[in-house]
Amino acid sequence: MRLSVTLGGHTYTFREVREVMGKANDVKSGDQLAGVAAETPQERVAARVVLNHLTVKDICEHPAVPYEQDEVTRLILDDLNTRIYNQYKDMTIGALREYILDAPAEQLAVLRRGLSSEVIAAVCKLMSNLDLIYAARKMRVTATCVTTIGEEGTLSARLQPNHPTDDVEGITASTLEGLTFGVGDAVIGLNPVDASTESVKAILNRFAELKAKYEIPTQTCVLAHVTTGMEAVRQGAPCDLIFQSIAGSEKGNAAFGISNAMIAEAKDLMAHEGTSHGPNQLYFETGQGSELSSDAHNGWDQVTMEARCYGFARHFSPFLVNTVVGFIGPEYLYDNRQFIRAGLEDHFMGKLHGLPMGCDCCYTNHMRADQFDNENLAVLLAAAGCNYFMGVPHGDDVMLNYQSTGYHDIAAIRETMRLRPISAFEKWMEKWGFWENGHIGPNAGDASVFL
Amino acid sequence: MTEQQIRAVVEQVLARLGQDAPRESTDAPISAGDPLPDISAVDLRRQYLVESPHDQAAFLAMKERTPARIGVGRAGARYRTETMLRFQADHAAAQDAVFSDVPEEFIRQMGWQVYQTSCESREEFLTRPDKGRVFPADTLQKIKASIPAGTQVVLYVADGLSSSAVHANAADILPVIHDGLQAAGLKVSDPFFVKFGRVATEDQIGEACGADVVCVLLGERPGLVTAESMSAYIAYKPTVGMAESRRTVLANIHRGGTPAVEAGAHIVDLIQLMMEKKASGTDLPV
Repeated sequence: MRLSVTLGGHTYTFREVREVMGKANDVKSGDQLAGVAAETPQERVAARVVLNHLTVKDICEHPAVPYEQDEVTRLILDDLNTRIYNQYKDMTIGALREYILDAPAEQLAVLRRGLSSEVIAAVCKLMSNLDLIYAARKMRVTATCVTTIGEEGTLSARLQPNHPTDDVEGITASTLEGLTFGVGDAVIGLNPVDASTESVKAILNRFAELKAKYEIPTQTCVLAHVTTGMEAVRQGAPCDLIFQSIAGSEKGNAAFGISNAMIAEAKDLMAHEGTSHGPNQLYFETGQGSELSSDAHNGWDQVTMEARCYGFARHFSPFLVNTVVGFIGPEYLYDNRQFIRAGLEDHFMGKLHGLPMGCDCCYTNHMRADQFDNENLAVLLAAAGCNYFMGVPHGDDVMLNYQSTGYHDIAAIRETMRLRPISAFEKWMEKWGFWENGHIGPNAGDASVFL
Repeated sequence: MTEQQIRAVVEQVLARLGQDAPRESTDAPISAGDPLPDISAVDLRRQYLVESPHDQAAFLAMKERTPARIGVGRAGARYRTETMLRFQADHAAAQDAVFSDVPEEFIRQMGWQVYQTSCESREEFLTRPDKGRVFPADTLQKIKASIPAGTQVVLYVADGLSSSAVHANAADILPVIHDGLQAAGLKVSDPFFVKFGRVATEDQIGEACGADVVCVLLGERPGLVTAESMSAYIAYKPTVGMAESRRTVLANIHRGGTPAVEAGAHIVDLIQLMMEKKASGTDLPV
């Protein structure tokens, strides 16, 4: 393994794979905060040159947290197909980049079974933004809960009708308006303020009523902690999907109050008592920087730790996985350039893991970013074939106090990029006059048609 | 393009420049008319911009129940101009709150001593949470020296993520807390101001001064609904590295939430309870 390189007459020597991986990343304030970022642009390129020559085996044999110490590492490595791994293990990361860019989708579906999360992170670091879009675009990943999302030519959306006090009528008002814009074919999903089982059940019941009353072909979810979700199901609440935020290490997951065993239990419970047929009945959210924020990154960079979230996620065959890319704040992603890059990285890495990947394109008010930047990221990700985005009233989440993509943005991106909702939902929209011949319909925006 | 055509273009451009030139030199102001109405003052809960709706009254009755930006209509699949500009105005207010300083004039009026954490710039404050929790040694020494022996409650203000919150609420809330605690027979420090300060500055200050209770009033990360929200973080004998659960938090202090005066009275009660029970946060039975 060669960890030294001369670039422009200057020799750079890296101590270990971890240092190369950190320094090869594009600029991120979170890597600087962690003290793992390159000091200069030249050092960054030097790290990439070294990474170019490392092999799949070099990276795979240096997991971010040792196998013996971390159940996420064990799960990622134990899930690999050793025959496929052996076929690719001597390929350099630079050659792997070219292979991924060149190969047809069917070949990538085989390849991914031999790649650990760290290897996927490594190749991501050698990809330009357009590389990330081009490679991800080839990988369609479908998943089925009540309906199926991710088919070619579709773009779906989570309807996110959050409310500062969980008022069920207020939530309903936002939900109905979102439906008129064609938002909600991925899921109707609320982030609750009140995390009690009673409150979660009340909202799940309302969602089920709306689905039945208007015959909406979709799935619903309340994004409480997995233990609350499971309790609601056990008490008989109508639940299509169980949600959980996840991290890329055992310690990070412990900070979220979860473990492998707990997620396995949720999956099993949904298989037996969920109101959807599945087989994909879990919803995960991630985001670069969460491991550092709980001191669970083990000295690794945030791209690698994010990749490990996807390695963890794929074990459980979820229906939805999305990065909440700019929610965490400027100490991890400082500005528009950084959160756009992170969104493209996360989507690519999720898709290469074989996940039905979406993205919450979003930013907080203490970042150097605005809605124009957010629109840019959404259009780039739609070009990359992202499965779904969030739909929030006018892009302003009045509960979580951050900005995401709005109902209008979903409709406009579909029209602009010649994309459609999933077919069952499209037919439902046409029936209500919300959609016509691939364009927004006359009743779009007027939720009073439901009343 | 022939030489003649080019000359014609150049002449046209010069002529246009010539027309523009007098505008710069004229002293007569163009009448701006009365100011346009303030779009950020429109009550969003009552705003309804859907054209030819099926049942406006029924929808407005639902909309009453949420501050979400719904009933906003559309232009094709895009936002109407009015709501788009309102969104931009609210975001601009939020960014101003985060990225600008509390005005020096206001600090003078309040009579505050100013102490800066280890952050040297706002960018450093935003990207290095570790530095926004601590002070350089000499600064901490000055804070300690400014607080008389026997002080039971240290009360101060920090900018946090919203200078607007400080500007909007401090003058109303501080006298209520300060006078209320004195009336209850407690010795309170004169309020001071911490620039580039995060919540955990109270831990270092608490350890250095040995007071029983430390209360910091701090600007919250702004949302689009308000950029003026302040929180109080209060701890009984805080120590560096203690669990976050040891803090008692009173959030959402602003005109549209808990008004500053009301919040101040509540904080006085909380601090008295902490002094009595010798505890704060989840350890404090309320």
